Amino acid sequence: MKIHEYQAKELFKQAGIPVPEGKVASDVAEVVSIAEEYKKSVMIKSQVHVGGRGKAGGIKYAENPESAKILAQQIIGMKIKGLTVKKVLVTVAEDILSEAYVGIILDRNSKTPVIMVSSAGGIDIEEVAAKTPHKIFKMSIDPVEGLQPFQAKILAYKLYRDIGQVREASDIITKMYRLFWKYDASLIEINPLITNQSGKVVALDAKFNVDDNGLFRNSEIEKMRDLDAEDPAEIEARDGGLSFVKLDGNIGCIVNGAGLAMATMDLVKRYGGEPANFLDIGGSSNPQKVVTAMKIILEDSKVRAILFNIFGGITRCDDVANGIVAAFEELKPTIPVVVRLTGTNEEKAHKILKKVKLPYGETLDEVVKKAIELAGIAA
Amino acid sequence: MSIFINKKTRLIVQGITGRDGSFHAAQMKSYGTKVVGGVTPGKGGSKVSGIPVFNTVADAVEKTNANTSVIYVPPQFAADAIYEAVDAKIELVICITEGIPANDMMKVYAYVKKRGARLIGPNCPGLISPGESKVGIMPGNIVKKGNVGVVSRSGTLTYEAIWALTLAGIGQSTCIGIGGDQIIGTNFIDCLREFQNDRSTKAIVLIGEIGGSDEEEAAAFIKKKVSKPVVGFIAGRTAPADVRMGHAGAIISGLSGTAEDKVIALEKAGVPVAESPTEIPALVKLLLSGGKPIFKSRLKARKKKKSSTAAKKIKIKAVKKKFAASMTFKGKQK
Repeated sequence: MKIHEYQAKELFKQAGIPVPEGKVASDVAEVVSIAEEYKKSVMIKSQVHVGGRGKAGGIKYAENPESAKILAQQIIGMKIKGLTVKKVLVTVAEDILSEAYVGIILDRNSKTPVIMVSSAGGIDIEEVAAKTPHKIFKMSIDPVEGLQPFQAKILAYKLYRDIGQVREASDIITKMYRLFWKYDASLIEINPLITNQSGKVVALDAKFNVDDNGLFRNSEIEKMRDLDAEDPAEIEARDGGLSFVKLDGNIGCIVNGAGLAMATMDLVKRYGGEPANFLDIGGSSNPQKVVTAMKIILEDSKVRAILFNIFGGITRCDDVANGIVAAFEELKPTIPVVVRLTGTNEEKAHKILKKVKLPYGETLDEVVKKAIELAGIAA
Repeated sequence: MSIFINKKTRLIVQGITGRDGSFHAAQMKSYGTKVVGGVTPGKGGSKVSGIPVFNTVADAVEKTNANTSVIYVPPQFAADAIYEAVDAKIELVICITEGIPANDMMKVYAYVKKRGARLIGPNCPGLISPGESKVGIMPGNIVKKGNVGVVSRSGTLTYEAIWALTLAGIGQSTCIGIGGDQIIGTNFIDCLREFQNDRSTKAIVLIGEIGGSDEEEAAAFIKKKVSKPVVGFIAGRTAPADVRMGHAGAIISGLSGTAEDKVIALEKAGVPVAESPTEIPALVKLLLSGGKPIFKSRLKARKKKKSSTAAKKIKIKAVKKKFAASMTFKGKQK
């Protein structure tokens, strides 16, 4: 899960990492009143979950409340990479003397947190990595021993020469590392980490991603979830215990297991269709999940056919079949539904399905081909 | 013969009194696995399907001489369950639980390594050596004893591949699901090494998916160290970037972790990659009979080179790849 910059900066502030003074606003009047309150020039920063906000015109400098008003009108409601800007962060503009980069990620290969620093901050760090990889310094941290003060110092010395600034930066890095563990983060990034006119080191931006698996013990992060930024269908699916990702296609897929769900989508594409979604009903055999799954997919008007591909292991085919029958009674779908149920309690399932008489595919390939054929899409 | 588990496996079930634990304990026992005990704190002295229950893993090991443990406890207690098993000198721990925080797993992984134990999973279906032992949740009725080793990051997709092999008359030595999380105890390379050394395994099926670079590393290992034929499959060719596809580890980050890169890496290592799980048996048969497979990614690359605009695209891709390579961290201080 991603949180917004203004939320991440709130966590920074609580942890003692210096950030510019700022407040979040959701309409133009609020922006103006914040700018008037600060009596200084401000930055207006769109709060959307995508990179490259600056390049897209989503971050602007306003010298006074009048220009803040004009710029806020432009930014609030604008679309950045398909996402509508609903909130902006208004912060006091800082004079920037230098820009650096600091990031902590969970590194899959070393199975440790890795801290990265670069004195080439302020620009796209992926670009720095591509063009001048030697400008990025990486350090793997022992997850059991934790970050040692000398390591934070080594990292800070890669960015600054002034001992005061080195101390400030190593303090920031140490606090970032603590936040990483406290909130089950998978990535925390400051880009840029700046030095301002008074020589202070300040986090001008903040990126903070957390591990969904850690949310059960981080209720304050869960509260930060921006439901506006998510697809309503995805929220409905999550509440129903389904793993769901909406895509652009015309064949709805209901599958058990994430790997098989991906493989099914791939076959839809291979045989000439376009998958409308990724949907994993999971291991448990609750028929209600099937009803919810079908409801969510039927809400998408682009979908021309739905296919079920269930390989029963823990999932029992008869439970899924009961779910399909219940879904037909409740939702009365008008588009074709093609089914393949194999594995645990397959025979029972087939008996149950006689009530609804659905087209059936024996194999994975067959069910996909049949769904595409019945959807009437030219291959 | 088989890898990791066999007739000598003496298994305990952590979380045996839970819904999943009790069901699968009975399933494993009826398959023929030597399930010698179970663990649930507070339930010591009781029995589940005739299997004695203990309060701690240490108790269970002392009384039953168990060497393997399978974990079905909820995610908030699962990391502790792994520590407990390893501390009680269990050599092989299989963790089925899905949803353990990745940061916990970094510490668990370090502990398991230090103690010299082996962890399979978490978030995995376990493994099965047909006719010998079954540990986890794989359905026992879809396998057939034989000489093909199957290793996969997935659950039901693995069953699909195993079932296709069985229907085609091709049996398996061991089928193993290594798990869909970002941090897992046993990776493709560990399994490939075991299959290479296992005399009963004549060919290997490797089932990967988007996210991370385990498949690319497996491809490099196959090129150097695996003489047995390997057939691949990669799920997620149609997955969009930066979206988690069910599994915690199945995410294309930036430009790395795509299915296309993995297919290319495997084919470069001489591993043909099936486009559907149902194509796997034919490829296994072809390789076992000494036939030459068609490498589809190579054909596509050749086609692309023919048009000049496509050539430009490849150039851009090469730059992107270079970048992706520089963004995969080897972890050591540089």
